[in-house]
Amino acid sequence: MNKIDWAAFPDARGHFGPYGGRFVSETLMGALDELQQVYEQYIGDPDFLAELDHDLKQFVGRPNPLYHAERLSQELGGAQIYLKREDLNHTGAHKVNNTIGQALLAKKLGKTRIIAETGAGQHGVATATVAARLGLECVIYMGEEDTRRQSQNVYRMRLLGAEVVGVKSGTRTLKDALNEAMRDWVTNVDDTFYIIGTVAGPHPYPAMVRDFQSVIGREAREQHLAMTGKLPDTLVACVGGGSNAIGLFHPFLGDESVEMIGVEAGGDGVETGRHSAPLCAGQPGVLHGNRTYLMEDENGQIIGTHSVSAGLDYPGVGPEHAWLKDIGRVNYVSVTDDQALAGFHRMTRTEGIIPALETSHAIAHVLDLAPQMRPDQSIIINLSGRGDKDLNTVAEREGITL
Amino acid sequence: MSRIEQRFAELREQNRAALIPYVTAGDPEPGATVPLMHALVEAGADLIELGVPFSDPMADGPVIQKACERALRFGTGLRDVLAMVAEFRKQDTTTPVVLMGYLNPVERMGYETFAETAKAAGLDGLLTVDLPPEESEDVVGLLEQSGIDPIFLIAPTTSETRIDHVARAARGFVYYVSLKGVTGSQSLDVSALAERLEGLRCHTGLPLGVGFGIRDAETAAQVARVADAVVVGSAIVRLAEEHDGDGEAFARAAAAVVREMRTAMDAARSPGAAATV
Ligand SMILES: Cc1ncc(COP(=O)(O)O)c(C=O)c1O
Repeated sequence: MNKIDWAAFPDARGHFGPYGGRFVSETLMGALDELQQVYEQYIGDPDFLAELDHDLKQFVGRPNPLYHAERLSQELGGAQIYLKREDLNHTGAHKVNNTIGQALLAKKLGKTRIIAETGAGQHGVATATVAARLGLECVIYMGEEDTRRQSQNVYRMRLLGAEVVGVKSGTRTLKDALNEAMRDWVTNVDDTFYIIGTVAGPHPYPAMVRDFQSVIGREAREQHLAMTGKLPDTLVACVGGGSNAIGLFHPFLGDESVEMIGVEAGGDGVETGRHSAPLCAGQPGVLHGNRTYLMEDENGQIIGTHSVSAGLDYPGVGPEHAWLKDIGRVNYVSVTDDQALAGFHRMTRTEGIIPALETSHAIAHVLDLAPQMRPDQSIIINLSGRGDKDLNTVAEREGITL
Repeated sequence: MSRIEQRFAELREQNRAALIPYVTAGDPEPGATVPLMHALVEAGADLIELGVPFSDPMADGPVIQKACERALRFGTGLRDVLAMVAEFRKQDTTTPVVLMGYLNPVERMGYETFAETAKAAGLDGLLTVDLPPEESEDVVGLLEQSGIDPIFLIAPTTSETRIDHVARAARGFVYYVSLKGVTGSQSLDVSALAERLEGLRCHTGLPLGVGFGIRDAETAAQVARVADAVVVGSAIVRLAEEHDGDGEAFARAAAAVVREMRTAMDAARSPGAAATV
């Protein structure tokens, strides 16, 4: 591969090769220009970065550990497995790295009202949390189907003072929540800041969310070097919109020896059509403000997705992933619901860590991958979140009523 | 001269504002749309905006969202919509038809195939709400070769510099979104609108259409005093829901609303009408 200047992406208009960009209605163009301006101003501003660091340390609890999963590594008999413990963050997932950053920008812009979409509820909880802390009004849009699957998180958001709006349109999942949040934003654009929860949406969101999530990879790189004296061989992360994956991958992109694998939700199996794996089985199109891989039919209608994990149940993916796929820098695979469940149990029983179902997709892939590698090699899994929110789903699938 | 230019030139001569009803193609069922279009023209529509059903109509309020869902039950897609335009053209060769929708169905069809098929069907304009001029270079070139006008939006939030940018890319007419919000919103401020349109006329010589928030004949008449075109969407599409799947009853009700708006708009522009807004 030719040497790529990774810092040069996206371009000034938010393009990663043919992907990304800004495909929104005219009403939002001004707000996005404004957001891009403050983001570019502050992301290089030492005072802002110090404030961000302070919050990440004192409120989120960073840095979180890079944990050597010795027993799992031994059992699998191959590569050494390291877990980047995003589940230990306040609110229990990587999502808060981004909401802390965007909320600081909202404050700089003088916005008094925060909105967000959420699938699993983790981003909604992380948003409601920072809104509570800053005393901002907060409205969270969540597909009705997801409010049912993730009812505990709905209650958490309400406790935090957020209004949770169940979205009844379309497929009643994450994509419809995003549509509804966009509709709110276009109506209340003067006083409202929209905190998008993943590396999707119109420019500058994919770049901005990536930058806020890159703390994961920066820490992991340093920790792995300190622990082993070398770089990891392989990074593995689950991909819904792709924020935890890009957060881990991005600081390693220039390290050519490091292989990266993004794991999409294969649902019932990619061959059945019931899945959420646009990179593995979709094609390029335009949705939610950017050009990327999508799951769509022959008329360009977005099709319903399926995954056991609400946080991966999304027909698109961040545009940077689309580009990383096309240029071959990152390899994207999928695992099924059943495989993810097996990963969930294996991690829980072997390491005493209950992972989120989203994360369990990355784990499931490593169960296959690690034995093919040597014990002197290593894998970092982004342990993007904890599984408390998923206990009902897991129990239900196993015929247990809690 | 394009059909859209021709139509606006005629209207200017008659000192009338264009009435542009919006309907979602295929709502409530595919066979209803072409007769509906003819009925709208007969009732006084000057142009027709035909919505392309989309699974994720982000810029639309609940009324048009539901219309999309009704149309999608029959799987009405962009090719079907273009076939409806071709069918309409067999009888009506003068009323301009503009497609309004989202970019992804056009991307999926392919810009070139779209431009060729649309030209053959007799389409006059394309408005994709999620395609700002910045991202439109490829498609605009192909549309122009096919004689199809790219229509762009200007919003209350559009800055002076962007207005020039949009105006340069736009053909046919400029569509001014009268309020911050989705289609079907209810807070149009006519005096603020008048002032804004005055400002826009310094930037473009194209006719100015106004849409979003025009609910009844009275609002249509007020807008007709200051704009070159009045776009009415949800107020008409709502009737499809009220008539619950009965395409003919919907067409009659829609025609009645258009007729009423037509009369009120023409009266508002007549020499004796009060000039206040
Ligand atoms: C724990 C966890 N991991 C991963 C995801 C998927 O999002 P992303 O791909 O943006 O990291 C979610 C989304 O809700 C999540 O809660």
